[in-house]
Amino acid sequence: MPDAPGLELIRGEIERDRPGAVLATSFDREQAALIVDPAQLLAVLAWLRDEPGQRYTFLSSLHVADYLPAEPRFGVHYELLNRDRVERLRVKAMLADPGDGGLPAIDSCVELFPTADFQEREAFDFFGIEFRGHPDLTRILLPEDYVGWPQRRDFPVGGEPVTFTYNERNYG
Amino acid sequence: MLRGDLEGEDLERYVEEKVVTTTFEKMINLARANSIFPLTFGLACCAIEAPISIVTARYDLARFGAEALRASPRQADLIILSGRVSIKMAPVVRRLYDQMLEPKWAISMGACSSSGGMFANYAVVQGADKFMPIDMHIPGCPPRPEAVMYGFNKLQRKIMGSPDQGWRQRYNAAGTEEWARGGPASTPSPEAAAAYEAARELTLA
Repeated sequence: MPDAPGLELIRGEIERDRPGAVLATSFDREQAALIVDPAQLLAVLAWLRDEPGQRYTFLSSLHVADYLPAEPRFGVHYELLNRDRVERLRVKAMLADPGDGGLPAIDSCVELFPTADFQEREAFDFFGIEFRGHPDLTRILLPEDYVGWPQRRDFPVGGEPVTFTYNERNYG
Repeated sequence: MLRGDLEGEDLERYVEEKVVTTTFEKMINLARANSIFPLTFGLACCAIEAPISIVTARYDLARFGAEALRASPRQADLIILSGRVSIKMAPVVRRLYDQMLEPKWAISMGACSSSGGMFANYAVVQGADKFMPIDMHIPGCPPRPEAVMYGFNKLQRKIMGSPDQGWRQRYNAAGTEEWARGGPASTPSPEAAAAYEAARELTLA
């Protein structure tokens, strides 16, 4: 785990080559995170993976969170791990909802981390994030003909209301 | 006993005591109820109780003639839906049920498969009887194996009484029977036949 100054050093080194790639840093509860520009995400991930001093070679998780009503709304999280030093670093790219039924898009990192294949499909399945350049971006857990992105916060929960006496008395 | 051993009154009393007359249907149903082959099939956590626990020595479904779990729906009489049915699994379950040969029964076990249970959400079918006929609902989360056995005994009683309770008419599913070797088939209504063909094409595609 890089500490807070270590995180700033990483940011400085990235900024030297690619000004504007890192939008912000966050160090909260001993967890370091880089908030990066979605357009330069792949360059940052490749640098973190290949730079001799960094070597975050393992993508332990890729997931998405919906921060509605914050703007930009979607956060794509990349949890990186250096297995020699057992250091973890989170890279976060924030995506805005384009509206009009369009999907927020970001570059796929399958070329860098093959493990991202299924995880990007899952993120697409539940949040409707389009990963540009993914080899086969289809639904992975829900049925192929499912309509909607059910883990978004503005998606209805679904199911059927149950007429418990408690609910009837208090809300009926 | 040889012919002529008993005569007159004695013979009458003997017949009265030893011989039971019944209908062929009732005898068949007695045999069906006491030799059910359940399908080896589990959906979720309820499967620990239903197909696994109740065939072990402690509960022993063999006492009711149902110890032979079949691995193929073609050989099974009973399907126990043991767990929540997700909307992705529902067509598969329906297809398994359609492949079972007549006569066939279905038990919906536990809160989830009967009503969706705690999974009132976008991914789970809210009650398995939305897509297939269910003969018996066993409540519980999960039901105790004793409850499953009680439900099973109720199903046996139902089989001996009125086996199908006319579900084929209620579900407008006449003509969809699967028999081992060309058994009797009812004639479906044109709408039911068209719906069945459409569903078949969808599942086979």
